[in-house]
Amino acid sequence: MVSFCGLELAHPVINGSGTFDVHAARRTFGDALDERFPFAALVSKTITLEPREGNPPPRLWETAQGLINSIGLPNRGLEAYMRDEVPLLANLTAAARSGERVPAPLITNVMGASAPELERLVEACDARPEIAAIELNVSCPNVKSGLDIGADPAELEAVVRAMRARTGKPLIVKLTPNCADVAACAAGAQAGGADALSLINTLRALALAPARPARPDAVRSKIGQRAPWLGARTGGLSGPVVRAVALAQVAAVAERVEIPVVGMGGVQTGAHARDLLDVGATLVAIGTENFRDPAAAATIARAL
Amino acid sequence: MSDAPFARRLLTITASERYGPYIVQRASDPDGPAPAPGQFTMLAATERWGGGDDGRPFVARAFSVMRHRDGEAHYVLEDVGPGTRRLCELGAGDQMWALGPLGRGFVGPEEGRRALLVGGGIGIAPLVILADELVRAGTHASAVMLGFRDRARARAAELIDGALLASDDGSVGHHGPCTDLLAAELERGRDAVVYACGPAPMLEAVRAMCAAGRVPCQLALEAGMACGFGACFGCVVPRRGGGYLRVCVDGPVVAGEELERVTEPGAQ
Repeated sequence: MVSFCGLELAHPVINGSGTFDVHAARRTFGDALDERFPFAALVSKTITLEPREGNPPPRLWETAQGLINSIGLPNRGLEAYMRDEVPLLANLTAAARSGERVPAPLITNVMGASAPELERLVEACDARPEIAAIELNVSCPNVKSGLDIGADPAELEAVVRAMRARTGKPLIVKLTPNCADVAACAAGAQAGGADALSLINTLRALALAPARPARPDAVRSKIGQRAPWLGARTGGLSGPVVRAVALAQVAAVAERVEIPVVGMGGVQTGAHARDLLDVGATLVAIGTENFRDPAAAATIARAL
Repeated sequence: MSDAPFARRLLTITASERYGPYIVQRASDPDGPAPAPGQFTMLAATERWGGGDDGRPFVARAFSVMRHRDGEAHYVLEDVGPGTRRLCELGAGDQMWALGPLGRGFVGPEEGRRALLVGGGIGIAPLVILADELVRAGTHASAVMLGFRDRARARAAELIDGALLASDDGSVGHHGPCTDLLAAELERGRDAVVYACGPAPMLEAVRAMCAAGRVPCQLALEAGMACGFGACFGCVVPRRGGGYLRVCVDGPVVAGEELERVTEPGAQ
């Protein structure tokens, strides 16, 4: 058993936000999904105030040992999430080392483009007993200041402080690696009252569509020019290719702050998870590896 | 439809058969549930997966189950990229990871409707198991129409008995798209349901033809995907009326009326 922000978890392995859809997995794997649920806690995909369809395809590009995605946070919005999804995510359990099944609490990840929007999301989560903790996705620009909330320590501190006042539930801040100094951002989040930090989110990345030979008639058209492959131009890089970056950032953050850290980035094996724990993470999250094997997290937890 | 086992499992290749540029990989799959026709499996080689051009492949690749019988699963592959290249290389005794069967398959024909099967190139795969299933159900496919680029590829037609053929270069069967054959079949009567799998332009032609003729059609779509079970949200195609379908869990087989049009898959 592992203690994390007052929650007693079966083991130290959870999922990264947006990398596991319990409803779709139940449809595919049936009862086995619940009987052998691989995560000690479930982190929801990012929930926004209004529904989002997500980005236009293509949404994926495979790299050497990794994946660039530009999914665009598709979700049915706060109201539908609270009404339809939360009840179905409330009673998950995970197996502890003893074999005993203990609750796998629900951590809801939220993102808002402004402080009032984020406040509504946090207050809605605070009101629901099924939700054990709240994770803030701050990898988005503040519509008012234009600053990427999570990349600016002062901005991040202010946002976290405002949210801290809205909930007594554990508040986890998901840090972006796309910043100058992740440890400074971590310190800002801690000063604002965060209970825990999670990192790394994906690294901003670009893939170009395959080059086509210029056609002789391409004088005034764009044929022959290189276009971005992904529908949303850039995306986020994840998978084993980012593992060394993740380890460095988790180590830097864990050294800087007192609060617990959820480490993630390219973990595929128990040894990779052990590395993150050894540099100071309390929990490890699995993301892209879930895509390759839905039971990967269970295998990793057993290996620890 | 049975649930897929909740973990990837190891399959051992028992035989590789060549049909022109296509490779049929047969693999021992004693623990795999019987798939519904149209369902797919995510496959990845256990060794040297990631050692190809550009350090790829990384994620598994999706393949329609072509057949599943006597504890063996059959898949038809064509070397079109680092993932398929590596899987094509595998020989008897080699192992691969498999997750599946996944997704929604074909729905059998309503009473009184003729089943018309239309396949383009490697899109023959789910039609083989569908044709088998129709025979088992006692209904039989009324016609199977297959289109290939050339004579070498048309060798794959040996996988289904009695198919009408078309080829792009005129070397085998009708010179032109296999949808010409479908048009002729639909002329004979609209009391049909069309099952199709193939490249996006072919599927779009089938969809448009069936929509115009008010004939129901079921299209097995292809899309680049990372997981196959609804986790990554990477394999979406636009849904008629707005929003997106996830090809892996809302498909791969969709009814023609679910789409405004069939778009090129976001493949790499």
